[in-house]
Amino acid sequence: MRRPTPLNSRPGKNLKMEKNSFVKPRGFLEKLKNIFSSGPAREHIEDVEEALIEADIDLEIISGILEAIKRDKISDYEGVKKLLKDIFSDSLNQPSVAPQALKKVIILCGINGAGKTTTAAKLSGIYAKNGGKVIFAAADTFRAAAIEQLEAWAKASGTRIIKGIDGGDPAAVVFDAVKNAKNGGCDMLIIDTAGRLHTKSNLMLELGKIKKVVLKDYPEDEIDTLLVIDANTGKNAFSQAKEFNESIKLTGVILTKFDSSAKGGSIIRIAHELRLPIKYMTYGEDAGAISVFDPQEFVDKLFD
Amino acid sequence: MFENVSGKLYDVMRKIRGTGVISEKNIDDALKDIRMSLLEADVSYKVVKSFIESVKQRSIGEDVLKSVSPGQQFTKMVQDELASFLGDKNSGLDTGRRPMLYMLIGLQGSGKTTTAAKLANYLIKEKNTPRVMLVGADTYRPAAKQQLEKLAAAVGAEFYTEEHDDPVKIAVNAYKSLETKAIDAVIFDTAGRLHVDAELLEELKKMKAAIPFTEILLVADAMLGQESVNVAKNFNDAVAITGIILTKMDGDARGGAALSMKHTAGVPIKFMGTGEKTDRLEPFYPERIASRILGMGDVVSLVEKVQQSVTAQDAKKAEEKFRKANFNLEDFLEQLRQMRKLGPMEEILKMMPGGAGLSNLNIDEKEMSHIEAIILSMTRRERNHPEIINASRRARIAGGSGVKPERISRLLKQFAQAKKMMKSMGKRRHNIPNFGGDFPGGMGF
Repeated sequence: MRRPTPLNSRPGKNLKMEKNSFVKPRGFLEKLKNIFSSGPAREHIEDVEEALIEADIDLEIISGILEAIKRDKISDYEGVKKLLKDIFSDSLNQPSVAPQALKKVIILCGINGAGKTTTAAKLSGIYAKNGGKVIFAAADTFRAAAIEQLEAWAKASGTRIIKGIDGGDPAAVVFDAVKNAKNGGCDMLIIDTAGRLHTKSNLMLELGKIKKVVLKDYPEDEIDTLLVIDANTGKNAFSQAKEFNESIKLTGVILTKFDSSAKGGSIIRIAHELRLPIKYMTYGEDAGAISVFDPQEFVDKLFD
Repeated sequence: MFENVSGKLYDVMRKIRGTGVISEKNIDDALKDIRMSLLEADVSYKVVKSFIESVKQRSIGEDVLKSVSPGQQFTKMVQDELASFLGDKNSGLDTGRRPMLYMLIGLQGSGKTTTAAKLANYLIKEKNTPRVMLVGADTYRPAAKQQLEKLAAAVGAEFYTEEHDDPVKIAVNAYKSLETKAIDAVIFDTAGRLHVDAELLEELKKMKAAIPFTEILLVADAMLGQESVNVAKNFNDAVAITGIILTKMDGDARGGAALSMKHTAGVPIKFMGTGEKTDRLEPFYPERIASRILGMGDVVSLVEKVQQSVTAQDAKKAEEKFRKANFNLEDFLEQLRQMRKLGPMEEILKMMPGGAGLSNLNIDEKEMSHIEAIILSMTRRERNHPEIINASRRARIAGGSGVKPERISRLLKQFAQAKKMMKSMGKRRHNIPNFGGDFPGGMGF
């Protein structure tokens, strides 16, 4: 078993891949508990609203929750907790979420600074752990030194990398990588694309082109197209997911920087409305700081 | 439902304005909508609360109800209050003492390295400080130093780093190197770190203790959610930031984080990043962001953009046509071409009042080319009097422009609608006393 060595391990920060391996800096809705120690829920409707808003949960979902509390005359913390757990689990457990199967190709996309390159490295760790042979495609030819960044990770973990030149055509890099992956007996191709704002239509078209290149050699169901979203993002996360989904048809989402005290509540609307599964979450700078996302565990953790 | 908050707000304000009558109930309704709009824009819950409270107080104190045009006055008051929450005026960089020493800090992926290059470019091109040095003190992210080095070369700045993993040492040595170098400004690029990472905040404190920074600037993503308050608070508590740079403002985030962070840290927002290229750094204008956060569109920026790409004469001609609504397809074509000079339609529409509600409107640039081709295939007379276009003319135009005849009917219908809209906009102009003046362009209520 080969584990990628973290490039710059910080003392005391070596998180392992096992579940429950990290603790949120602050309990997600711990606030709620305190609220209810002093009276029935209906009297605290505003406090409940505050706690939910501060978790970046969508306003419409919140208004539904508040109405349910009033309608069902829920009066204690346990009741509210159960209601929230039910609603969140329902949203996150989409029927479209098939059990995780390892796909042959992963395309990572997202806005600038979401954490795509680091996530690429982390994902390669998971697949390498399962004995798979991974190839990276360094398809971010735009940002200065993006290729070097992925290269550094590749070197540390002994992963093969296909790259082009700065400013080159990313689709051409992907074309080479696909050919290499097909011929070189590789089990997994991870494509790191340039960060792009979902509002730039020309860049979204470029992304479509990249997928088309992959589709020439791999059937759709062997490709995971994953959007990388920063847990610190607010309402815009939904807008990102919606636009990327329309452009490139996502198969899931990866939530990054979850070791922040941000609650990441924005994924609830994404899962609920776009029926997209959240596949992984990451929580640190070391190569091992990634977990398969488990909706139940996530929801349980909200109330720890 | 809440995506249309700005639309709803628009309606409420239009009602108030239209009747000229305002009641306490009106104000309460409007405040409710403003509250939702701010929350939807990611302004922190507590900041929204105190903002609404302060508007309420002012509306009572200023006796809005009794004023001559209460609707307008209320609108302006909300705008003003928001702008003042955001900081009264745009305050540039502190450039008092040479060499200037700026440190950039922030979360991972907020855009520090790109911003460092943009700041260097700004200092070199616009501040007459040609000798700028960029210091690569991000020893954590792989290739972060190389990224900065490449960008430094691109903007014509010097670059300094060392090949080891101690960022404090790199920063201090860079500072010491100034004794023997003629440098006007130094920008220290640090590693991204979480605001809850005590160990790494400690590292920033060490740098601050060793170097007399002119400014410590927090680089923050405009898309930040409710966490923005804690981000601003923790970084400020650790090293006392002197300003904020808001990045990725070219996206469609409403940027409520700006309000939260300004309010929390009490420091000005100095710049905003509006693109990936090194010249996309703009001064921060509170009143513009105020209307963006409220979902009212960024009219001032739109006006400026138009002014940059449309000559005064063109504009006057168009305005004339606009008002008289004797607008024909020839003018439409011209407008279309001018609009396209401004940039992608989607971005322009978003700047318009009420444009936030149009975000679902998908404008296809290819579609615009089709429209252009169709109009070009018409005779002059057809362009001036589109009503004469019958089936045979339509077939001819379709042949000439390579589209289906139905597409031409659709365009004519769209044009008729646009003309109607212009008529009503022409009327509305009377309510807007000073387009582009100091009261930001009749914010369109």
